[in-house]
Amino acid sequence: MTDISPNEGNHKAVETKLGYSPVADIPHRLRAADTDPKAAKRAERQVASMFLLSMLFVVLFIVAYIAIDKSTIIYIPVMGDVGASQVALGFTLAAAIFLIGAGAIQWAKKLMPDVEVVQQRHDQLSPGSATREAEANYERGKDESGFARYKMIRRTLIGALVLFPIPLVILLKDLWVPTKAEQGKSPADILSTTLWTKDTRIVSDGTYAPVRPEDLPVGGLISGVPADLLDVEEIEGNLNARGKAAIILVRMQPDEIRSQQGDGWDYQGIVAYSKICTHVGCPIALYEQRTHHLLCPCHQSTFDLADSGEVVFGPAARRMPQLPIGVDFWERG
Amino acid sequence: MTSTSPVEKAGGATATYVDQRIGSNKFLARNLGKVFPDHWSFMLGEIALYSFIVVLLTGVFLTLFFKPSMVEVVYDGSYVPLKGIKMSEAYASSLDISFDIRGGLLLRQMHHWSALIFVAAMAGYSLPDDLLSGTGLQIARGIMQAAPIVGTWMAFLLFGGEFPGTDFISRLYGVHILLIPGLILALVTVHLMLVWTQKHTQFPGPGRTNDNVVGYPLLPVYMAKAGGFFFIVFGIVAFVGGLVTINPIWLFGPFTPDQVSAGSQPDWYIGFLDGALRMMPNWETVIFGWTISWNIMVPAMILPGILFTVLALYPFIEAWVTGDKGEHNLLDRPRNAPTRTGFGMMAITFYALLWIGGANDIIAVAFDLSINAITWFLRVAIFVIPPIVFWITRRTCLGLQRKDQEKLLHGYESGRVLRLPHGEFVEVHQPLSVKDLAVISSKTEHVPLPAPEKADADGVRNKHYKLQMRRHKLSSFFYKESYVRPTDEEIEAGQHHVAHDAELEAPLHAYEDADQINRAHGGVLHHPGMAETNAEQESQH
Repeated sequence: MTDISPNEGNHKAVETKLGYSPVADIPHRLRAADTDPKAAKRAERQVASMFLLSMLFVVLFIVAYIAIDKSTIIYIPVMGDVGASQVALGFTLAAAIFLIGAGAIQWAKKLMPDVEVVQQRHDQLSPGSATREAEANYERGKDESGFARYKMIRRTLIGALVLFPIPLVILLKDLWVPTKAEQGKSPADILSTTLWTKDTRIVSDGTYAPVRPEDLPVGGLISGVPADLLDVEEIEGNLNARGKAAIILVRMQPDEIRSQQGDGWDYQGIVAYSKICTHVGCPIALYEQRTHHLLCPCHQSTFDLADSGEVVFGPAARRMPQLPIGVDFWERG
Repeated sequence: MTSTSPVEKAGGATATYVDQRIGSNKFLARNLGKVFPDHWSFMLGEIALYSFIVVLLTGVFLTLFFKPSMVEVVYDGSYVPLKGIKMSEAYASSLDISFDIRGGLLLRQMHHWSALIFVAAMAGYSLPDDLLSGTGLQIARGIMQAAPIVGTWMAFLLFGGEFPGTDFISRLYGVHILLIPGLILALVTVHLMLVWTQKHTQFPGPGRTNDNVVGYPLLPVYMAKAGGFFFIVFGIVAFVGGLVTINPIWLFGPFTPDQVSAGSQPDWYIGFLDGALRMMPNWETVIFGWTISWNIMVPAMILPGILFTVLALYPFIEAWVTGDKGEHNLLDRPRNAPTRTGFGMMAITFYALLWIGGANDIIAVAFDLSINAITWFLRVAIFVIPPIVFWITRRTCLGLQRKDQEKLLHGYESGRVLRLPHGEFVEVHQPLSVKDLAVISSKTEHVPLPAPEKADADGVRNKHYKLQMRRHKLSSFFYKESYVRPTDEEIEAGQHHVAHDAELEAPLHAYEDADQINRAHGGVLHHPGMAETNAEQESQH
């Protein structure tokens, strides 16, 4: 069919010269600028104006950079209060860059040839002679080196090449240098201990004031941390202890507690559970007092704090660890 | 050379200088007129490439101001709500970039927006050490620790101890500004070299064959269009970066491991993994004291492993199944490869369902649904819906093929009914345009691999019978029910016949042209004095 093989035709001469020829059979409509010198002139002016405007916006950008104070806030409808410098710089920069592109594309569309041309593809496959030469060279190399003959050399070389990266991997060991407290412990040991001990007082996260039972009404929730946390953070210079020791305290009616992880681990209906999700470690504080469910905001694991912190839904496999609590009466007056 | 301007002379001299040393004119001779095919979808690749360049440019600017350090400092910049608060230097310097360096927020937001367009951002999300990015790191560490046996150790080494430690940001920074961009740059270069050497594939169209490229030459048209488009993308990113807030880290506050905000959402390219994590049932087994966390391993390691492996191997699998190892420069229209299109749609559906899973909390709130119900729906849907989509897609493709066959043989249905002078009613069919004919007739014939023989003529048993049989069945499935493209002769005859059909309308057009009255669209040939109504018609008789 002639419609899909346009290379036959009177374009052969062009093809040999430049490697491509116009496609003969695509219906082609002339543009205004192709026939009307006025339209062509108009297109030229459009393109040049865009480039000119681009330059103007560069000047405006510099003016905005110098003139607008970085703390000035202005109100723009829809967007609300925004930084004036940010908006002015963004807009002028965007306009300066965009107009170059718009000008170039207008130029291509209105004034450059819009006739598609054909170029032939060539086989990627190398000619047989080249392949044979490559093979001969490979064989010569194999033969001259004796790689196939010297079995011992070959095997020891492979062995050496396999072993030499090992030191480079070993060097990575000190990515973790255990602190004094961590020495001699495995990562698993370290992860399974927290700051909490039998006599540690619970303080409220944020104010660091000791938590008292009367601070917590039924249905209420307090985020707690161990009293010595700030000191430990000061000494260690990191937030590691906080990441393990954070707890939440919730209070329910004592008879609402169906079970807990140890006998009498609550205090008058106040139970303490870890705040760190057993799934992948997000902190949890979404507590629904009616169902006593605790929901992780990351992957929606749900735990029942009235039932030993067991998983009721979601991807977490293990229940929330519970912390036994009591009241230090000597401090009460 | 006919150049006369000093600039052109200098350019020519430079070209000669370089040519003497590396023979570059041979390359220029071949390539300045290189032809690139036009198709809107090729623009998507350009957008990705150009956003990557914008990411690099803005990223260099940010490195000058960002301090990748977890050392604790007290903030004393101009953002009042956080004044006097203890935070990492990384977070403080991110705030400085946002509030105290003119244009800093603009560049930071351009970096984020263009990275979202280009999907390179993974590590950058976590660098500012704000509350949201810290939560992301916490999840990443949780996933890492789920790797059997080595996981906990790996996490301790990468973080330099427990979470969050003080090393990770600066380590991540090196990866983010050196390793990942270097790797992407290398891959982009290889990709562009391949496109350049092999020449761009093209969609079927007039004059386009497997052995040519039809389009516009590099100089001047493609240079102006593609080069201009870079500035368009850059400009739009600057506009969005200037006017649309993204990742307002100052609202999240500094990271601490015991705070999180509700509705924590990852950037879009991580959404599918997060969705998988959310959907997975809480399976875990303990074997000889080793915990195997299926609930984390399956969605976060095994699933992406399988997903990307299948993605990378698919072309080879299809080539093996179909036995088609030829060079293809003319793209298949999706309908002409129904099984492949079906697989593609199936994969997209699978991905989309995971993605929906990643937003299950947002959806639950927005539509007032139970989050448990959404999760349970997705747990089932992920296995049920993709195969259904596969089947629908394949049937749709086959239907479209049948329609194409009709068009090739009988032309377009014009919808115009014509009554001929002797009373016969016909529907006018129109011949296809040159472009449509080229596109539709581009379908190539595929034949499934033949069924193997159990033994050859001499009775020698075929050792590979089972494998060959399986391959035969797979390739039969792959090409099943595909419509046979009419031969060139049949198409020509069909189109010729249709052209004859259109001639019937000629007197109609002639009449319209002469009379300038457009009454004929009912389809009956009108002529002056012709009855307008049934009553008139009867009275005339």
